[in-house]
Amino acid sequence: MTLDKKLYTLKYSPDTESHLNPNQEQCKLCENRNCTYICPAGVYEWNEDEQKLIINYENCLECGACRIACEKKAIDWKYPKGTKGVTFKQG
Amino acid sequence: MQNKNNKTNVIVVGAGPAGISCAITLAKAGKEVVLIERGMFSGSKNVFGGAIYTQPTKEIFPNFETEAPVERRNIAHNFMILGEKDSTTISYRNDGNESYSVIRGKFDRWAAEEAKKAGVILVEQTVVRSLIKNGTTVVGVKTELEDYYADIVILADGVNSLLAKQIGLRKEIETKDVALSVKEVIKLDKDIINQRFGVKDDEGVIGEIFGGPMLGLLGLGFMYTNKDSVTIGLGITLNDLVENKCKPYEYLEKLKQHPTIAPLLEGGTLKEYSAHLIPEGGYKKIPKLCDNGVMIVGDAAMLVNNLHWEGTNLAMISGKLAAETAICAFNKNDFSRKILSDYERKLKESFIIKDLKTYRNLMDIAHQRKKAFMGYYLKKINSFFEMFTTVNSIPKKEGYHKFIKSIFTDRKIFELFKDFWAIIKLIWSILI
Repeated sequence: MTLDKKLYTLKYSPDTESHLNPNQEQCKLCENRNCTYICPAGVYEWNEDEQKLIINYENCLECGACRIACEKKAIDWKYPKGTKGVTFKQG
Repeated sequence: MQNKNNKTNVIVVGAGPAGISCAITLAKAGKEVVLIERGMFSGSKNVFGGAIYTQPTKEIFPNFETEAPVERRNIAHNFMILGEKDSTTISYRNDGNESYSVIRGKFDRWAAEEAKKAGVILVEQTVVRSLIKNGTTVVGVKTELEDYYADIVILADGVNSLLAKQIGLRKEIETKDVALSVKEVIKLDKDIINQRFGVKDDEGVIGEIFGGPMLGLLGLGFMYTNKDSVTIGLGITLNDLVENKCKPYEYLEKLKQHPTIAPLLEGGTLKEYSAHLIPEGGYKKIPKLCDNGVMIVGDAAMLVNNLHWEGTNLAMISGKLAAETAICAFNKNDFSRKILSDYERKLKESFIIKDLKTYRNLMDIAHQRKKAFMGYYLKKINSFFEMFTTVNSIPKKEGYHKFIKSIFTDRKIFELFKDFWAIIKLIWSILI
């Protein structure tokens, strides 16, 4: 089963602005970009052409793994606003 | 908030098992408690494996077995040791009521309602962004909308506990101190679950899964039966995910396809996918548990006994002990660290810190020798049973000799000796 299909089972109330804000300058210098594979929701994608991290914050499961796994400690990671983000019904 | 200056007795941040248990204990003692939850409803941001434990849960909710939305009463544990394709399962069955599978979205919501009935003021959909300090004392919380003040603030804000970090009670979490867990709740007919797991209605089975796609990694899988769904998931140390550059959900897909697991889930449809961090730093990574005006409970305090799949019980009881400490502090009208450190003493005298201390060396050894204990020996268990059950007209003695020889040829003798020594050291530290 693809990740998209998994994420499709979740209820989200996305905010209009991202609660995940990496320091893109640091991302350019980052060797491994751990966030691009450890994230259980595939939130982070590296765009080689634009030399930029794309952040699909609206898919975030709010686990916090990216913040800890980031080698540069460059992710400004906040919880989404009170009415926003993911809702787990079966957790 | 009854006082005009937004001041209450106690603010509890986070309506999970720790926060709710803490709040309800305080409210029953007549304290004014505000329980702040960031989710749409209590439980909506919470994820766990799947079981709550009867005895500790009863300490907080004496009638939960008949009143709470529980799924199934667990009557069996299946310890499943998976090879690449084969598996060995040890099943322990006992028709007791040690634990129940629950769905957090339902159970926590019920528990929060119980807290409200006891007088807790529940404020949902509100994120606490920071703590308010007066000198070295925590005196309140800052939310997006307004500031709330209290004599004591209790942090039950989960594994990430940004608040504990903000006030310097704990350091930044390292990748080896958390496991990233992904899980799926898969819908299946009640009768099919009963048939596949060999249980009656309302009886459940817990699966503790070793190896399979996680061979050689510091990771474990879990399976729980709910009323009309089965939970399957795994947790792998974040360190291992980073080192191996792997996507956690791909491991879960592989686990679901393992020949031992797949038939149990066949025909099911995915109800919900989720992910969460599990604090696994153990005894050595417990943060400072209190300071002037503040205490930390549950996952936020790293209180998880991963070897025994225990977390919610440590959360609930730590919440209760923090509440009892707070009640004493009100009697003395002193909320200083000196008085609140009684919480630390209570935790140390309870099973919580005693158990974590028992396993203080477990994670270090597990990290050092994971390829052996989470890989090599698991495979050997399966190859022993493969040898034992094979009927191939070769004399059994040859089979035994070949198996014993393989133990010494597949792994260097020096490494075997180191494994043995690590086990002796671990057992020594657990028992002595």
